Amino acid sequence: MSKLGDLGARLYRGEVGYDFVGKRFLWYGVSILITITAIVALAVQGLNMGIEFKGGAVFTTPKPAASVAQTTEIAEKASGHDAIVQELGTGGMRIQISGLDTDAAADVKKDLAAELKVPAGDINADLVGPSWGEQIANKAWTGLAIFMVLVVIYLAIAFEWRMAVAALVALIHDLTITVGVYALVGFEVTPGTVIGLLTILGYSLYDTVVVFDGLKEGSKDITKQTRYTFSEIANRSINGTLVRSINTTVVALLPVGALLFIGGGFLGAGMLNDISLSLFVGLAAGAYSSIFIATPLVVDLKEREPAMKALKKRVLAKRAAAAAKGESVDGGEASEDSPQVVAEGHGRRRR
Amino acid sequence: MAAPKKGRRPTGAQGRPGRALAIILIAMVALTAGMFISKQTTPRLGIDLAGGTSITLKAKSEPGKPDAINETNMNTAVGIIDRRVNGLGVSEAEVQTQGRDHIIVNIPKGVNEQQAREQVGTTAQLYFRPVLAFTGGEPVAPDATPNPSGSPSAKPSGSPSAKPSASGSGAPKAQDGKPSATPSSSATSQGRALSEGLKAPSAPSPTPSASGSKKADDNKATTPATTPAPVPSGADAAVADLQAKFAALNCADPAQRAEAGKGAKPEDPMLACGKRGDTWGKWVLGPAGVNGQDVDKAKGEINPQTGEWIVTMQFTDKGADKFAKITGELATKQMPQNQFAIVLDGSVISDPSVSQALTGGNAEISGGGFTQESATDLGNMLSYGALPLSFQEDSVTTVTPALGSEQLKAGLIAGAIGLLLVVIYLLVYYRGLAFIAIVSLLVSAILTYTIMALLGKGIGFALNLPAVCGAIVAIGITADSFIVYFERIRDEIREGRTLRPAVERAWPRARRTILVSDFVSFLAAAVLFIVTVGKVQGFAFTLGLTTLLDVVVVFLFTKPIMTLMARTTFFSSGHPWSGLDPKRLGAKPPLRRSRSTGTGASAATVSAPVDSKEA
Repeated sequence: MSKLGDLGARLYRGEVGYDFVGKRFLWYGVSILITITAIVALAVQGLNMGIEFKGGAVFTTPKPAASVAQTTEIAEKASGHDAIVQELGTGGMRIQISGLDTDAAADVKKDLAAELKVPAGDINADLVGPSWGEQIANKAWTGLAIFMVLVVIYLAIAFEWRMAVAALVALIHDLTITVGVYALVGFEVTPGTVIGLLTILGYSLYDTVVVFDGLKEGSKDITKQTRYTFSEIANRSINGTLVRSINTTVVALLPVGALLFIGGGFLGAGMLNDISLSLFVGLAAGAYSSIFIATPLVVDLKEREPAMKALKKRVLAKRAAAAAKGESVDGGEASEDSPQVVAEGHGRRRR
Repeated sequence: MAAPKKGRRPTGAQGRPGRALAIILIAMVALTAGMFISKQTTPRLGIDLAGGTSITLKAKSEPGKPDAINETNMNTAVGIIDRRVNGLGVSEAEVQTQGRDHIIVNIPKGVNEQQAREQVGTTAQLYFRPVLAFTGGEPVAPDATPNPSGSPSAKPSGSPSAKPSASGSGAPKAQDGKPSATPSSSATSQGRALSEGLKAPSAPSPTPSASGSKKADDNKATTPATTPAPVPSGADAAVADLQAKFAALNCADPAQRAEAGKGAKPEDPMLACGKRGDTWGKWVLGPAGVNGQDVDKAKGEINPQTGEWIVTMQFTDKGADKFAKITGELATKQMPQNQFAIVLDGSVISDPSVSQALTGGNAEISGGGFTQESATDLGNMLSYGALPLSFQEDSVTTVTPALGSEQLKAGLIAGAIGLLLVVIYLLVYYRGLAFIAIVSLLVSAILTYTIMALLGKGIGFALNLPAVCGAIVAIGITADSFIVYFERIRDEIREGRTLRPAVERAWPRARRTILVSDFVSFLAAAVLFIVTVGKVQGFAFTLGLTTLLDVVVVFLFTKPIMTLMARTTFFSSGHPWSGLDPKRLGAKPPLRRSRSTGTGASAATVSAPVDSKEA
């Protein structure tokens, strides 16, 4: 604990730190790789769309006398469609029949009740018309588009347009990764998933905003000093808010994890599970992207500014002069990488 | 934002922690009291937690009628569906529009879901029944409110009659009605003793009624009420019963009116009420010969020959046969038994007479003194049943009470575990400070709970599973705000400040972060709430509500409490268990006053990169 606190202090003062910004191309690479994997998975495997997107019915029965195989047979006979049957933790059965017309579902339910010897009143039914899932998805896209536009505008006002752009990229990155995980693992996509996905929006940004806020503060009077370049300040900001980011992410993940655990272990498949699963994946991605993607992107954008370029020139000139004099450079910059790393990829380095 | 040189920026809550705390305390007490006064001490539970059936209907857009899906039509439809489902003997069913083109129907448990679906479903509750007897005359009360399917506008004039329409195939052949021998189930049966026994007075001009919320404005002379003396045919108790009821039926009484046609099966005779001009008529009607699904299309239009408004109907193939049969029989009868009543949800909306068999699947109703409005309305009713729009079932969810309580339990357990985990984490990391966070979380929880309970009464908010999910997810958001603030305070202490100034200086900076990030969360919830339909809205709603409450609690509770706690020795002395121990936090007296230039500490101490903590 004390060590943690101490570490927090040294992070805060920039005595220790990880060079997030300097190594950003590594992280960009990692992210691009993950994103490509996600897109490939999406293209090759596609998403496992739940019944809500195809139309059909899901019946949940109390514990029947029949086995899963028997239940499957019964369900297929009753409906004339393919059925997928899962046994639930409660001993009941979850019977998915895709392509079943909502009008025909009532009769199927009666048959099931009779064949499985459970009272019809105890069978839960979810009947979905074929266009329902599509509608939800369309609305989700609409929501996504509206939200992104609004958030970019808001962040551009609250911070600056560069940060807004970086946050947006990070957001798209989080969503892509989440969808990719769904494609890879083959989790079922349901309206619950869509809810979770949309919630990631706000949440992924929460984290990004915390980091950006530190960055904004750290770079407040940046042009009035010649000690650090913008990249270095940004890196210190990330390190300074690292503890905060980690804590907020962990605390956000804990309840979602509990939901996931309970939803999965207790109820079998269902709304709880669907929402929390996509949230969990998205939140984890969001925490990563706010530190490794969003802030470095801001740096990349910022360093193109003439003012920042000039600042960098001044800083480097000053350091060169100091080095020539043989003085030690007093830079609270204790990152294990020399400042040069920071300037990588920006060409035109004056020595 | 806050450079060290800037002084404290006092805010309302800053100098007077007591006042802020008083505000929130009063709010809590008021909400709790309101909860008990309104006897709504628990949030209303949604279908998926309490059990029941939830049906999502989507209005189908008709080609050529882009504007049909508008607020007026949607509300009319809601009214009609509401009347249908609540006519099932449950008055707790909720029908509400959602978004532009959805209607959500929630039917609590204990209702026959199958029956409910039929009532709600897209099938029109519309039947064509032969008229067996008719009595008019109870005047309509002047303040009679139109029923949702539209009060018929009074246009008494010539009796409407059904004729084959121009588009019908050839000349209609009159058929002799062959009374069917089987009295009960045959659709065209007129063979009930009742039809013989009831000598209805020759009715004056029957008036087609039309939907639309026009109040009767014509004051035509009312028909004197004459109740025929029924001759019971003895054997048939059901008929006798029906006759007795018919005699006693007073259609001017809304309660009786609602009861009259209720629960009648299509294959049985029934009693029905209906408006005729500004009087109520009552009918005894035979078994349904044709139903609403047999009508393919109907619309009000102008007859080019006469220039008057008529209603044309097109039947499906099956419907055409049935209609030909029933009209063939009716054509041979005397008034009023040569009429058929168009019965919508148990009320008669039109009772045209028939003078010939109508074959070929097309017919027109004319001579009812139709106006454009009344003809169009009747056409719509015939097309859609009562509904001004046609709907498709998007989803139907039936949840048994057993599963509902299971899901509720799961949600609550998940919430409890989530809360516990958060509390443990905070305790381990923030020690004494964690208690402030925990109490703040409690305040948040109390506010959320009471507001949800009150909203159940206020706006019909019902807690469903996604809403529970949203509340659980919000635990994290709320706790995050405390973390942002605590970390800020610790940063200030690391700068070498004592606690009281640290608390005050940290606040403006933390406040900004909290506001910006909560705003983004709220924006997401609001967008989600606006664009989505169904269960998702519950999730968005709780997320938005808790985000707002988070701001309230942090501003009015956490911050003032922190200010007060900073005055206690336990915290201000930096007790090892307070979570604010300067030594533990690694505070060093600042060598420089400016943060952004580091502390000048020797950079030689390079320790391992921190990313190990990321794992």
